[in-house]
Amino acid sequence: MKWMPRVIGAILLSFSALAMARPATSEPVEIAISCGAVGVELQLCGDAVRAWEAASGHRVRIVSTPNSSTERLALYQQVLAAGASDIDVLQIDVIWPGILAPHLVDLAPHVGDAAGQHFPNLIENDRIDGKLLALPWWTDAGVLYYRRDLLEKHGLAPPATWQEMTEVARAIQRAEREAGNRDLWGFVFQGRAYEGLTCNILEWIDSHGGGNFVGDDGKVTIDNAAARSALALAASWIGDIAPRGVLNYDEEAARGVFQSGNAVFMRNWPYAWALAQGADSPVRGKVGVLALPRGTGEGGKTTGTLGGWHLAVSRYSRHPSEAASLVAFLTSRAQQKIRAIRGAYNPTIPALYEDPEVLAANPFFGQLFDSFQNAVARPSSVTGVHYNRVSSAIWRAGHEILSGNAAADARLAALAVELNRIGRRGRW
Amino acid sequence: MMALARALAFRLLVAVLLVYLLFPFYYAVLTSMKGGSAIFSVDYWPRQIDFSNYARIFSEQPFALNILNSVLVAFAVVALSLLLGLTAAFSLGRIRFRGRSALLFAVLAVSMFPQVAVLSGMFELVRAFGLFNSLLSLVFSYMIFTLPFTIWVLTSFMRELPREIEEAAIMDGAGPWTLIVRIFLPLLWPAMVTTGLLAFIVAWNEFLFALTFILSNEQRTVPVAIALITGGSEFELPWGGIMAASVTVTLPLIALVLVFQRRLVAGLTAGAVKG
Amino acid sequence: MAAAAHDSLTRARVRTAWLFLAPMLFVLAIVALWPLARTLLLSLTDASLGAAGTARFVGFENYLVKDDGAWYGLLADPLWWLALRNTLTFAFVSVAAEVVLGTLIALILNARFRFRGLMRAAVLVPWAIPTVVSAKMWAWMLHDQFGIVNDLLLRLGLIGAPLAWLADADLALWSVIAVDVWKTTPFVALLVLAALQMLPEDCYEAARVDGIHPAKVFFFVTLPLIRPALIVAVIFRFLDAMRVFDLVYVMTGNADATLTLSVHARQMLVDFQDAGSGSAASVLLFVVIALLSVLCLLAMRGEVLGRRQ
Repeated sequence: MKWMPRVIGAILLSFSALAMARPATSEPVEIAISCGAVGVELQLCGDAVRAWEAASGHRVRIVSTPNSSTERLALYQQVLAAGASDIDVLQIDVIWPGILAPHLVDLAPHVGDAAGQHFPNLIENDRIDGKLLALPWWTDAGVLYYRRDLLEKHGLAPPATWQEMTEVARAIQRAEREAGNRDLWGFVFQGRAYEGLTCNILEWIDSHGGGNFVGDDGKVTIDNAAARSALALAASWIGDIAPRGVLNYDEEAARGVFQSGNAVFMRNWPYAWALAQGADSPVRGKVGVLALPRGTGEGGKTTGTLGGWHLAVSRYSRHPSEAASLVAFLTSRAQQKIRAIRGAYNPTIPALYEDPEVLAANPFFGQLFDSFQNAVARPSSVTGVHYNRVSSAIWRAGHEILSGNAAADARLAALAVELNRIGRRGRW
Repeated sequence: MMALARALAFRLLVAVLLVYLLFPFYYAVLTSMKGGSAIFSVDYWPRQIDFSNYARIFSEQPFALNILNSVLVAFAVVALSLLLGLTAAFSLGRIRFRGRSALLFAVLAVSMFPQVAVLSGMFELVRAFGLFNSLLSLVFSYMIFTLPFTIWVLTSFMRELPREIEEAAIMDGAGPWTLIVRIFLPLLWPAMVTTGLLAFIVAWNEFLFALTFILSNEQRTVPVAIALITGGSEFELPWGGIMAASVTVTLPLIALVLVFQRRLVAGLTAGAVKG
Repeated sequence: MAAAAHDSLTRARVRTAWLFLAPMLFVLAIVALWPLARTLLLSLTDASLGAAGTARFVGFENYLVKDDGAWYGLLADPLWWLALRNTLTFAFVSVAAEVVLGTLIALILNARFRFRGLMRAAVLVPWAIPTVVSAKMWAWMLHDQFGIVNDLLLRLGLIGAPLAWLADADLALWSVIAVDVWKTTPFVALLVLAALQMLPEDCYEAARVDGIHPAKVFFFVTLPLIRPALIVAVIFRFLDAMRVFDLVYVMTGNADATLTLSVHARQMLVDFQDAGSGSAASVLLFVVIALLSVLCLLAMRGEVLGRRQ
């Protein structure tokens, strides 16, 4: 079994030896980076890369990869598992450092103190077993969108807790439907059986003070009173203030309902802001954005799931130090500022949220700052390579509870058992 | 009266089927002219005629080149699988020998693994043969989908042809190759065209291998190129562009069918005369 | 003397058979042998994509193992059984519907009428749109709030309130089946059409002259003649339906209501990087398909594999 990859490896090695026969001094080298698919994202990446080429004298080839993160992960895994050097710099999801850890280079020796300028929670996310495996490129966090016009019309204040949001949503939904707006719903979010549901569940539980599934010490914490009441509340939304279809909504399906004016509240990522305010949007000028509500009771706090993309260097890169220097360049303050202004990518450097030019281009960035700073990370660092298994167990349990096929209490207890089995009782 | 009613019922049936088959495509055409918030509204007629999505897919990436790549790969796959399939079908369908059934079943067994399970092994093969990042890797790997199917279909058709036609030719001293090309091929045209068409579409639509084995935009095929179309941000689904691209790549296939119409009809008459 | 000549002739023919099979066998062996063998071997290890080179041989632990009095492994996982049930329902219902509809369409295409050319091109369209795209398109059309299907049904008064086609556990699997029928009926239709076109026309002439009812002609003349083509179409459709992935994954993700064996295997192979269990799941899927195919082929009593009557 094991000999075959080795034989193939040997064949490949002889090929690569040929390729490496040229002198390995400070000759210009070629770095391959995967960033973006096409369009604005690729263009921004292209411009930044050209700037680095001019500064460093090296060449860069851009490998475009699909936007869908599942497809991107599948591709990376194939390339990395083969030990191939075809991609030097990888654009990775915030939850991947743990999953891809065996294939990534420790950036700390290459990038100096660059890590210090980013949000600390992001850098913590990228540090696995003391190694800095990635640097953050842009960040994201869940926020609450609401229809300012409808709240004003009915004389209701923006909600601060989930309980208040439920009541406001129900009141407006009922009043508007009586007035003939039959398609209106109170709240839409991401309830499909996929990673996005884990993000939503994390927000419900963490905002009630129920933690983030697995503690930093590896202990499974999910079965607690706060988590139970959070999920029971969420389950009560289905069919009441949220349509049943929400159980198959992803980001775009939820945005579609909200943006066509058929929802009072929406949980989504910041990208929806610019689109909801777009020239042709039916809800243009009627939308407000808030940090997600607190849970009622002790330990309630505002929170939002941490999202975004980071840059890492493959262990199989032939030029790791050049690749790392490209990563440092792209994640630098100057480059993030350009991306924030031209593409509305949320910077990972706190100082940029006070930068007048950035704020002029994106006035709502100021409101998002708290969400980014308080954002809660999914337990991807502590669970390492098991993260996707953990997340899938969580979204399956959540999906069952939301569908009404299981009660929150019993299902969470079963989920804790399952997570303990995956994590071998906290040793991971 | 009865005849008229029957003709009307037939027309109605055809109309219903056409709507059923084509409505989603019509919907794609409608959506391909939309942008922004309009994609979330239900429309039955185009509100505007706008081809900007079509222009964009060609300007943002080498889409014309991607189509050409797909055409090259698909034609190569079809040619190779038909050639290998026809010769194999001659043996399997016309000659009785030991192990034939087992062989047919083994060929079928190749089609029983989920594609994602084959991916890693195929990836190693592609790299070992030095085909990584080349269109040949796709022609090579698509054989695993198209060969079993082609062999089975051609074998089953080959078997159905009457024995006499072959015997007459053997009396005249024809070798096996002459038999295949002169006798069977003309009779099998409908089957050849159909399997070719089906294999063509398999190669045309394949995504997972095409994504994994090719990393440069200039070498990529159409389904991957469509998956690369993005909106302004991470989550935004550029629906109009994706639909425009899908409509664009479906048209060559329709053209192909219309071209091969003739062949299908020719096969009909050939079969009628000889059969 | 004559027998000996016949013998050598037969031997020559068998030699020819293998000669003509050789290229195909060669190509298929290169393409398929290693990927399939590798999956089989990996299924007996605890290999992980994340940690290359640390794989251990674990026997059949990925399939079924008793540890501390409890059963583990795929065959002890209720999720695998759920996926099996979904997959079988999906495969049987969709293939049955496709065969009926596909044959009907093929019969229509075989008739002579004015728009036959158009119809022939139209039939291909569902199959010609890349699955990833058409699945997403249908998900959009089946959206409960802004989907065109609900809108249409509401307008026609067929439903009173919008239905959550893909979110409702009772509807999701059927919605996915309906889309699969739309998408792959052309495959069956084209194969049956090819069979119809290779039929000798004199049978029909005879039947028509005798004034036999068309339905009777179809069941007693046409159907037996196109049976071999139909069987091949059913087999390959069945193999594809048992392995269905893209369609389900794009439309409903990993939802339990529509979880199929391929989606389940993919989750372990790609998402969990668990090459061992993922390969085992793939092998199990292979075994299920192989068993059902053998049963099916035996039921045909050698009509396909065996000799020609």
